Amino acid sequence: MASLVGSRVERKEDKKLLTGRGKYTADVTFAHQTYAYFVRSPHARAQIKNIDTSKAEKSSGVVAVLTGKDIANDKIGGLIAGWRIKSEDGSDMKVPAHPPLASESVNYVGDHVAVVIAESLDEARNAADLVKVDYKVLKAVVKTDQAMDSENIYKDIPKNLCFDWLLGDREKVKEAFDKADKIIKIDLINNRLIPNAMEPRAANADYNPSTEEITLYTTSQNPHLARIIISAFNGVAPENKLRVIAPDVGGGFGSKIYPYAEEVVCSWASKKIERPVKWVADRTESFLSDCHGRDHVTHAELAVKNDGTFLGFKNETIANIGAYASVFATVTPTYLFGPCATGVYKMPAAYSNVKAVYTNTAPVDAYRGAGRPEATYTIETLVEKAARELGMDPAEIRMKNFPTEFPFQQTLVHSVDSGDYNAGLKKAMEVGDYKGFEKRKNESASRGKLRGIGFCSYFEACGIAPSAVVMSLGCGIGLWESAEVRFNPTGNVTVFTGSHSHGQGHDTTFAQIAADRLGVPLENIEISHGDTDKGPFGYGTYGSRSLTVGGTAIVKACDKIVAKGKKVAAKMLEVNESEVEFKDGEFIVAKSNKKKTIGEVAFACYLPGTYGEVKSPLPEGEEPGLKETSFFDPGNFSFPAGSHICEVEVDPETGNTEVVKYTAVDDFGTIINPLIVEGQVHGGLAQGIGQALYENCHYDDSGQLVTASYMDYTMPRADNFPEFNLGFTCTPATSNPLGTKGCGEAGAIAAPPAVMNAVMNAVGTEVSMPATAEKVWKACQKMNKSNSKAA
Amino acid sequence: MVKFFIGGKTMKKVSLEVNGKKVSKEVPDHTVLSVFLREVLNLTGTHVGCDTSQCGACVVHVDGKSIKSCTALAADIEGSKVTTIEGLVSNGKMHPMQEAFKKQHGLQCGFCTPGMVMSAIDLLNHKKNPSDKEIRDWLEGNICRCTGYQNIVAAVKEAASKM
Repeated sequence: MASLVGSRVERKEDKKLLTGRGKYTADVTFAHQTYAYFVRSPHARAQIKNIDTSKAEKSSGVVAVLTGKDIANDKIGGLIAGWRIKSEDGSDMKVPAHPPLASESVNYVGDHVAVVIAESLDEARNAADLVKVDYKVLKAVVKTDQAMDSENIYKDIPKNLCFDWLLGDREKVKEAFDKADKIIKIDLINNRLIPNAMEPRAANADYNPSTEEITLYTTSQNPHLARIIISAFNGVAPENKLRVIAPDVGGGFGSKIYPYAEEVVCSWASKKIERPVKWVADRTESFLSDCHGRDHVTHAELAVKNDGTFLGFKNETIANIGAYASVFATVTPTYLFGPCATGVYKMPAAYSNVKAVYTNTAPVDAYRGAGRPEATYTIETLVEKAARELGMDPAEIRMKNFPTEFPFQQTLVHSVDSGDYNAGLKKAMEVGDYKGFEKRKNESASRGKLRGIGFCSYFEACGIAPSAVVMSLGCGIGLWESAEVRFNPTGNVTVFTGSHSHGQGHDTTFAQIAADRLGVPLENIEISHGDTDKGPFGYGTYGSRSLTVGGTAIVKACDKIVAKGKKVAAKMLEVNESEVEFKDGEFIVAKSNKKKTIGEVAFACYLPGTYGEVKSPLPEGEEPGLKETSFFDPGNFSFPAGSHICEVEVDPETGNTEVVKYTAVDDFGTIINPLIVEGQVHGGLAQGIGQALYENCHYDDSGQLVTASYMDYTMPRADNFPEFNLGFTCTPATSNPLGTKGCGEAGAIAAPPAVMNAVMNAVGTEVSMPATAEKVWKACQKMNKSNSKAA
Repeated sequence: MVKFFIGGKTMKKVSLEVNGKKVSKEVPDHTVLSVFLREVLNLTGTHVGCDTSQCGACVVHVDGKSIKSCTALAADIEGSKVTTIEGLVSNGKMHPMQEAFKKQHGLQCGFCTPGMVMSAIDLLNHKKNPSDKEIRDWLEGNICRCTGYQNIVAAVKEAASKM
């Protein structure tokens, strides 16, 4: 039987999605459905003096109007920060209360003030206009770099500072810098982004007064986490009375990892009015209230010797976490960022200092890459600048500082199990025809265009687990993953995973793994996820963890099935267990060639008795049935790495910048389905290039979100990209039996510095992200002036 | 009248042929086609991803041409023939464009996909063998956040060779 692992298997989930039979949360409508519309703050910062709901309550079709007072009266808890970070001085991070509906103050435009529930959406929306909120408007804190010098948003949080965190050794860094021939400095902004999954967030909560259970359909990457938070922290219903279903979900990119106020409010309100309550965000609500990403202001320095050897690195960053600390808001700019900021290099000394600040903007949390794109952008633009200042080739300076022996103890946290960074960069230079660049540059020049080339070599820590490590670093939960493999009596298989697929193709990749492991045809395997009432508790999908952590749990559960199957087969074949081998779905006795298929064994497991001639196949003490569960908690993260090379063409007359050639060579360890992995790389690159050239979340000085629709926020389109050239190298991970490393975030991590290094190479001066036509044109004008002065 | 999604007082009878079937429904006069399809006919394959007629997730065919169904009043296209993503399967077989998207992995989360497929079919109705650039330009009104568009372009080319 040919192995399915490594094959370009077309996706099992595609047919329903392609024929309009997908079932997304907005597609679910219950009998006696009601519709919720949220009254949101129009101000970035204000005190709520009074809320008058009387007119709205009398409006046509209105079932209920609920406010922060109602939610407080019912003792519904606030939204939580899930990761505890300590400041350099040992003090705990400071976290403001975050009620699902505000009653005293609002802290960003879009903050939740009240909910109107009505018989139709139009009626709910009309009545929401009649809710009269009396605000005392206060001066908003908006800018990341000014937050610490502004008025305190919360009276018990001085300087709007959540924490002032340090990783690394300042003294050692000072010593390293003292020995340096040259210190390269950089100041940069990692632009704020809005995730923009194409499916807007939605929730539909249905309370059943008979069983006292709530069923919550929601757009979640992580239904089990939603259930435990809404139960244990918000106190809406006990876990055994709350079923969370994340059906087909239209993309997440981090923004759907955790429950938001709307899920809590809809669940609570459904119980209160004893009817189903449905809310679907319109796009502007998504822009206003989905958690945003990035938003760092960074000063970094690299100490080098004249021959290009790196001696030390320091990074001082202010990270904007918005108005409230969201679930993974505090780990994103710390442990997901700091350790990776030294890049893929031997760095004898380093530190990362991060000050996380509150502002009157939407909460900022994990967005594809989460911390690692910010880290990689910092070090990779710095390294490129070092190469320029030392007159070295950008590939040469990188190779000089790559580690070559593995495991490699990285400076700040990670022990990287495997990698071959030289092989990756060399392959990228080959695939991207680095040698031919000068020729292409001249050709571009002949058309009046400036062509630039930029490199990025990256590594990242993903496969987010291991519980022991993450909990020691402040995570409030473990991050293992579960799987249950259930052989049905007739021989087909249902595999339950605690991870969740919202575009990643788990239905296919996981089935490939189980099919190989069990010798069962792919079409007889169903992957089930997204329903807390079906499979075991799990931790969902983010941080490129599903395959390395969740896939391994499936492998382990399959191995348990085979182990039990061997015992049963031995009894059926009347031999000792040690004589039975399992191969390609058959239990075989080598010496006699007697065999039983895994389907026959499974069937027998469900019929454990003597029936006429058929004797019980179960060895003494063995339980009937064939179903195994496994929980996998790896010993380490996984460390994908690679080198990307980007070429851009700039039109100096207009500043228009086009990516004309992009080469990505990545090491994701073992690849289960190349078709899916390539798709993951493409998507990540589009988001990374989007950050570099197009996307930018902009608040004005009063805290109004200026980019709150697709008319104003530049989403990358099909005509913004060339065809990407991909290549792969492979050093299998040693921390999981599949040898896989995460692939979902690589593109978004590596692309921004590769693109920006190319832009700066083309223009000859620094440009900030996003490199819009206006900025690039101004940079070209500046260079023209300084060039003519020099002449 | 059955209560659904939309409230409203001025009702209007709308008669259309949707995916080959004649339908006639009384709806509030401000009902847009996407809402008519999703909430009245339960054809939820047509998706709504924005409120500014930008994302293209709601593209359907009206009298053979692709339109954004969030921007047309159902009452305004009275008597038209509408084809949605659900209407492309014939005799249990997917349309060559749907097959090509599957083969080339032209979709991930699937949310933009119905609009993308409907839009791409209209392109091939206009132009038999479009270049990469022509495909990318045509699909400028359909936003995808997952695929980076590369495999969508490959799918459209694949379909062009089969249609």
